[in-house]
Amino acid sequence: MSATLMQLASELAGGRIRVVDLTQTLSPDFPTITLPPEMGQAWPFRIEEISRYDDRGPASYWNNVSFSEHTGTHFDAPIHWISGRDLPNNAVDTIPPEHFVGPAAVIDCSAESKADPDFLLSVDFVKKWEAKHSKIAPRAWVLMRTDWSKHIDPVAYQNFDETGQHTPGPDPEVVQFLVKERDVIGFGTETIGTDAGQAFHLNPPYPCHYYMHGAGRYGLQCLTNLDQLPAQGAVIFAAPLKIKRGSGSPLRVLALVPAGAK
Amino acid sequence: MTAPLKKPKRKNPILRTRLPVPPPSARSRVALGMLWGAAQGRLELQVCRDCATVQYPPREVCRRCLSDRLDWKPQSGEGELVAETLIRHSLELYFRERAPWRAGLVRLPGDVTVVAHVHADVPRPAARVRVRAHLDRAGQAVLVALPEKDTPNMADDRIMREMTCDPKFRKVLVTDGKTAVGQALVKALVAAGAEPVWVGNAEPWKNFPGFEEITKIPQVSLLSLDVTDQRSVREIAGEIAGRVDIVINNCEVHRTYGISQRYGTDAARAEMDVNYFGLLRLAQEFGPALRARGADGTNSAVAWVNLLSIYALSNYPPHGTFSASKAAAHSLAQCLRAEMRPTGVRVVNVYPGPIDDEWNQLLLPPKIAPAALANAIVGALKSGVEDVYPGDIAQDWLARWRDNPKALEVEAANP
Repeated sequence: MSATLMQLASELAGGRIRVVDLTQTLSPDFPTITLPPEMGQAWPFRIEEISRYDDRGPASYWNNVSFSEHTGTHFDAPIHWISGRDLPNNAVDTIPPEHFVGPAAVIDCSAESKADPDFLLSVDFVKKWEAKHSKIAPRAWVLMRTDWSKHIDPVAYQNFDETGQHTPGPDPEVVQFLVKERDVIGFGTETIGTDAGQAFHLNPPYPCHYYMHGAGRYGLQCLTNLDQLPAQGAVIFAAPLKIKRGSGSPLRVLALVPAGAK
Repeated sequence: MTAPLKKPKRKNPILRTRLPVPPPSARSRVALGMLWGAAQGRLELQVCRDCATVQYPPREVCRRCLSDRLDWKPQSGEGELVAETLIRHSLELYFRERAPWRAGLVRLPGDVTVVAHVHADVPRPAARVRVRAHLDRAGQAVLVALPEKDTPNMADDRIMREMTCDPKFRKVLVTDGKTAVGQALVKALVAAGAEPVWVGNAEPWKNFPGFEEITKIPQVSLLSLDVTDQRSVREIAGEIAGRVDIVINNCEVHRTYGISQRYGTDAARAEMDVNYFGLLRLAQEFGPALRARGADGTNSAVAWVNLLSIYALSNYPPHGTFSASKAAAHSLAQCLRAEMRPTGVRVVNVYPGPIDDEWNQLLLPPKIAPAALANAIVGALKSGVEDVYPGDIAQDWLARWRDNPKALEVEAANP
């Protein structure tokens, strides 16, 4: 019997550790990634009734749902990107389950993202953050807090103009830094992808996908409530659905935080 | 002269909404032959292949030589009103509710006398008239005698309002305002006097060229309607289905693949989801409310327009999965028509050839311009036709399909 686990249960029950839901509601209105129309498209979330206590099923209410692996708050596995295609255990069904629980470093970029929707997180920014909040622990999630999830209106959330999407994300150097120098387990964002809206024009394109997945690390996107997490000290539970050879999946992301930490 | 239609008052909410009652619709199989022309706005009568005698009413054998080789042929319809009557009493509920009703006998070339509804602007007999074939509220072919020359406001005549689906003063939904066709439709409808015009705005973060312009039109209001989302369709129907008079479903996904140019089913499924299931979702959520308002005063629920494709008749293999989705929609539109017909709400099916848009970029002209297609649709509503084959390609395909569908099947593969 583990005293730590029993203590965790007791602190949860006593309200000294709080559970914060970092998940957006799966709803048909929530946008999915927008690609040129001739390309393959990720399905948005859709829901249709099987029955609702009616002639289709007098005693039951239930629905059929459909979505892509990358719809709503979702997890990216290494196999999602070409750079991670040949890695072992690179799909959601084979990732070791212990990787689904880990500490989180929450880097607040909300002011910068508000000032500049194309804000790119840099190595310099992370180092300054570490000077204030201590070094990112190995095998931690790095969550980029931008408060982008506070854009309830899908138009503002997507933030498109005729040159595409304008949302914040990491630059190519910081992704490599986080993988090589900090050994993070993954990178999470509040926006539609782990990369910036204009990341197609970075080198390489979509650097967070390219380097994170190329190194067998993971992604989380469309997170919310990051403003309720402490900079250091939260523990994240992020277990994707066990889809055979799945490249990712919508999931419920939960954070355990000390009560009163934020 | 017909007085111009005034903008109808708002509905009196304490009065029972009048139920739609169809005009008498029993016809023999032979008489149904008039429908093919009438559905496209053309007057056709049987003509004997052996002695060239024009026939009326429709019959099995020639009234002069008894030949059974009678062909439906277009007629000019120019004739003379020789007698008229004002029907003040009828045992048919439809006419009882609409009495007095003007009817008459018209002498047409070929020595035939036809029974026709008579427009109020036609002078008393004897008077020169133009006889047109129209569809009545039962979807049956009837003849209408119009004045020899157009008169001001003639479309506002009571009989014409029964035969047509004129958008003037009617409340219209255009399900997709993002496309060039949708935008042209909105403009054409506003020009035709429709008000308000509700416009679907799915995936509102996608701001396509020209979209902002239509949002500035005062009669236009946007709706977050997404036909792939049952809940969205239901919510929007909850807002407006009880008020909308004309639904124009122009939502479509068009990808340019046959079976082997695109691996997988994603593009085909998107086409089916919008082109077929989109229509099904709309029809399930909007249909009941429209059916209930088929006789709701001057601006009753009157029409449902489906943007289909001439490729619904015969598959165009380079756009094979699109063709298949439109064939499915065409079939479902027939079902919708059958369900709507008893209530007087007309289902108008539009079968254009290739539209001059980005998905037909690689096709050589002729291609129908979005504005021309929009005008054809509004024209169809005004003139009351229910099958529209706008543009040269559509007409050509239709003619070839009628002549020999097997030949078209082969020709379509090698256009």
